[in-house]
Amino acid sequence: MTDIANTLTVDGQTITFEPGQTIMQAALAAGVFMPHLCYNPEFKPHGSCKLCTVTVNGRPQSACTIAAMPGQEIQSDTPELNSRRRVLLQMLFVEGHHFCPGCEKSGNCQLQALGYEMEMLTPHFNHFFPDRGVDATHPDVMIDFGRCIMCELCVQASRDVDGKNIFALAGRGLASHVTVNSPSGKLGDTNLAVTDKAVEVCPVGAILRKRVGFAVPIGERIYDHDPISVKALEPDEA
Amino acid sequence: MSDHPTKSGNALQAILENNSYNPTRLVQVLREAQEVEGWLSDITLSDIAQGLNLPIARVRSTANFYSFFYTRPVGRYRVLFSDNITDRMQGSGALFDHMLARLKLTDNQVSADGAVSVARTSCTGMCDQGPALLVNNMAVTRLTPRRIDEICDLIKAGLPLASWPSYYFKVENNIRRRDMLLGANWDPGVALRAAIARGPKGMLNEMKISNLRGRGGAGFTTAIKWDAARTAPGTARYVVCNADEGEPGTFKDRVLLQKYAGHVFEGMTIAGYVIGAAKGFLYLRGEYTYLLPDLEAHLDGLRRSNLLGQNICGQEGFNFDIEIHVGAGAYVCGEETALIESLEGKPGKPRIRPPFPVTYGYLGQPTTVNNVETLCKVLEIATAGGAKYAGQGTKQSTGTKILSVAGDVDLPGLYEYPFGVKISQVLEDCGARDVQAVQVSGAAGICLSPREFGRRIAFEDVPTAGSFMVFNKKRDMFDVARNFAHFFAHESCGFCTPCRVGTSIVSNIMDKIAAGHGTQYEMNELGRLTKVIRGSAHCGLGTASCNAISDTVQKFRATYEAKLKSADFEPAFDLDKALAKTRAVANRDDADAHLETSVGGH
Amino acid sequence: MSKKPVAKKTAKAAKARKPAKKPAAKKPARVAKPLKAVTAKKPAKPAKAEAAASARKPKLRIATTSLSGCFGCHTSFLDIDERILQLVEIAEFDRSPITDIKHCGPCDIGIIEGGVCNAENVHVLREFRANCKTLIAIGACAINGGLPALRNHLDVTDCLTRVYCDRAGGKNHTVPNDPELPLLLEKVHPINEVVRVDYFIPGCPPSGDAIWKFLTDLITGRMPRLDHELLRFD
Repeated sequence: MTDIANTLTVDGQTITFEPGQTIMQAALAAGVFMPHLCYNPEFKPHGSCKLCTVTVNGRPQSACTIAAMPGQEIQSDTPELNSRRRVLLQMLFVEGHHFCPGCEKSGNCQLQALGYEMEMLTPHFNHFFPDRGVDATHPDVMIDFGRCIMCELCVQASRDVDGKNIFALAGRGLASHVTVNSPSGKLGDTNLAVTDKAVEVCPVGAILRKRVGFAVPIGERIYDHDPISVKALEPDEA
Repeated sequence: MSDHPTKSGNALQAILENNSYNPTRLVQVLREAQEVEGWLSDITLSDIAQGLNLPIARVRSTANFYSFFYTRPVGRYRVLFSDNITDRMQGSGALFDHMLARLKLTDNQVSADGAVSVARTSCTGMCDQGPALLVNNMAVTRLTPRRIDEICDLIKAGLPLASWPSYYFKVENNIRRRDMLLGANWDPGVALRAAIARGPKGMLNEMKISNLRGRGGAGFTTAIKWDAARTAPGTARYVVCNADEGEPGTFKDRVLLQKYAGHVFEGMTIAGYVIGAAKGFLYLRGEYTYLLPDLEAHLDGLRRSNLLGQNICGQEGFNFDIEIHVGAGAYVCGEETALIESLEGKPGKPRIRPPFPVTYGYLGQPTTVNNVETLCKVLEIATAGGAKYAGQGTKQSTGTKILSVAGDVDLPGLYEYPFGVKISQVLEDCGARDVQAVQVSGAAGICLSPREFGRRIAFEDVPTAGSFMVFNKKRDMFDVARNFAHFFAHESCGFCTPCRVGTSIVSNIMDKIAAGHGTQYEMNELGRLTKVIRGSAHCGLGTASCNAISDTVQKFRATYEAKLKSADFEPAFDLDKALAKTRAVANRDDADAHLETSVGGH
Repeated sequence: MSKKPVAKKTAKAAKARKPAKKPAAKKPARVAKPLKAVTAKKPAKPAKAEAAASARKPKLRIATTSLSGCFGCHTSFLDIDERILQLVEIAEFDRSPITDIKHCGPCDIGIIEGGVCNAENVHVLREFRANCKTLIAIGACAINGGLPALRNHLDVTDCLTRVYCDRAGGKNHTVPNDPELPLLLEKVHPINEVVRVDYFIPGCPPSGDAIWKFLTDLITGRMPRLDHELLRFD
């Protein structure tokens, strides 16, 4: 094969990339969907959910953190990698408290949407049923800690966009959890504003605006008709 | 700063001041602050946040990450039993239960008077003289039921540790076989002067010729690291000595720091000379806090001898000093980028690589992170030259390697061999009989069965960070793998999904099999999870977390199968036990108030 | 519901039958293949008259039940509407709210709604597993515990004493101890934590269309799949 500068292949399809792009950025820009959850195009890649794990020249790598390089041969949409992604989703579902029928985010949730995308029919593993609690002390925003997937997007957004440092990830291993920056540890004692980027950026139903949960009815939500693999490539949603 | 009414308030002010109100020193501030009251209260954390000008959430984030930081009260005597498989084999399980019974406590419970709490911790690096425990960071080795009784009495009497018999705290070196490093005569400064005589480039060239490779396990060529850190753009450069020796079963760095600290510091100084660093950090694992006073005294001595400080050895402009950072119970900090995060006062979570520390390390500057033993080896290269050094060992693995031998052997301790030594040779030398298996390189390493004892310790055959645990035929290799599974679930930093969740699922499956409720289904699950975790975890801790399971399943499958039920499925939990609470509250014990957990194989 | 006459060969599937002592089937097919009715004990004779053969083709037996659920999934099942007539052409119901049969006999397909909340749920679930070649978990509760599992972060002893003993107006009240009452498990569990489950149809409830697609895939030997419009967790 002849290497043409700044092209690589994803599942056999040749893609052109701009130097400095990650594999994920290059793929999305070229209209190739790679499943991702902790990656948000507006923020620095976090590389924690591992759903975007692809193989680059045979080696497993996170597409969101690895630089696109000429001649890379990337496998992504393969039965083996998708089955691995399904297992990772199942881990996230049993780790936290993801009860879709009772969640306002249902239909707009990226975790759920990826569950659909990967045809996850069951969380499979034994549920941990953690008791991480809910913080509803803020007048306009609530947090259900049980739904957090540790992507740290709220941490990044609050620190880098809102300039407030309201969230941090604390704990270790399975006891990891988001902690709130006030002496009481309560959201109501912070200067979080409902318009903060940190409120908007949560990919799941952990951070929610109050009183608007059903403004858009179930059935008319982002992923109700088109799968995330289509929505993620639309300019509005990207 | 708020005026603090309590004793800790004034003490905290001094601590903050001693640490220059520097937020990158958060881990050190937390450690020192905890010494005052034994734990870190919300008020203390708030005061620290204020003093270091950090968000309180950031302070909590770090305080909650490390095992040895307590955000809830613990006993004034904090007793932590080392829970490595070798401690278990030496009877630590029974001693732990015995101590709890004597003190009328449960695991991790604080006694009503606040005097004592007893819990378990990951391997404390005393495998050659276990079973061992830590009491308020001091290691007590060679535990016996009698010694436990004595300790209980001392605790009940409220005697300070300083008044306990000093032989309790004696840590032996147990050096059994000496070679280039452990056997050489050495005068402080000789190697450093030799390096200076060669000049930075000349010394680097000798390093290249020597082909010295990292002793921490990965075996990366040291000269390449140094060269990269030396040439990468940056405003400052750093040398970090990784003394976070957390791999279960290894204790060589403990001995090197206890008896050969001068080698370590001189190796760091040479590294500083070569890459152009003015500052070095020794990252000492929290379990070895007891070494801190001696190490600090040693550094003072070096400064007085002008082997550290300004214009070292009279060499104009060669300024280098070393600071000791003490960890706080996190195995993952042995990973170099996690270690750097910890040095910066953050939770020890491995960074995304690349960039590598040699270009983007401590505070974003070029940094070389080297193992304790690696840095010691630098002295041999500085004095005798790279070519002589490369003459030992094998072509790809030059020089000698120190093994920490423990488990079922007559003479546990340190054995230094030229690379290429056969496993069988080591076993013969340490007095191992009826050997069933050797676990090389710790929980993350490889499990060898007797048919592989002809293999050699070398990067190209059996690479190792030094741990060498021997199991005789009476041991159950399933117990070994299960101990390691618990270890990884406990030590997972929680950053990535597969490791954070997967290691706990794996650990629970191993418990289910141990309880006699495993089936072929669980075996299949272990295989499937191993593939997913290995293929997607963020760092080496995750990718290696299932090594022992896959090795033992492959090589000692019978011990698993002996525990499996023939049923094709067993419930995930004990059904009858799940009714215990409602049986009690409804005051029932009739037949319908019970459930069989297993039903016949169908 | 129109009640179909019970097929002759399965006449032993009488109402209020005792639980079968031995499981009917050893291993349900993990990989989807065309289900053969449990009642087909003799190999089908070479059909001379196609229509006649098809009429004689033994029907699949299906059992359904709700453990700790709301019967919403059963209600949704009825949303297959007139397609139920196609279904009863090829299948008949064993234990189910439709038949009021009390115990499940040998079946081809068992469909379980609801999670496992108490001792009785465990017995019923085991009876299904023992009798059904293929066991399907239907709906959120069977798959992840669902709404009843929201009690999992509460202490069950505390729940019972608050409800039965601490309520205002009560005196000397105790938690009922009638052996007829099933004891609660400490936590509510998805059914796959108690028995092996072959298939899962998520949704709260899954739509009639989703159930129909899944069952027809299964019965005709296709790997059951739900495309985007049919696959819902809520």
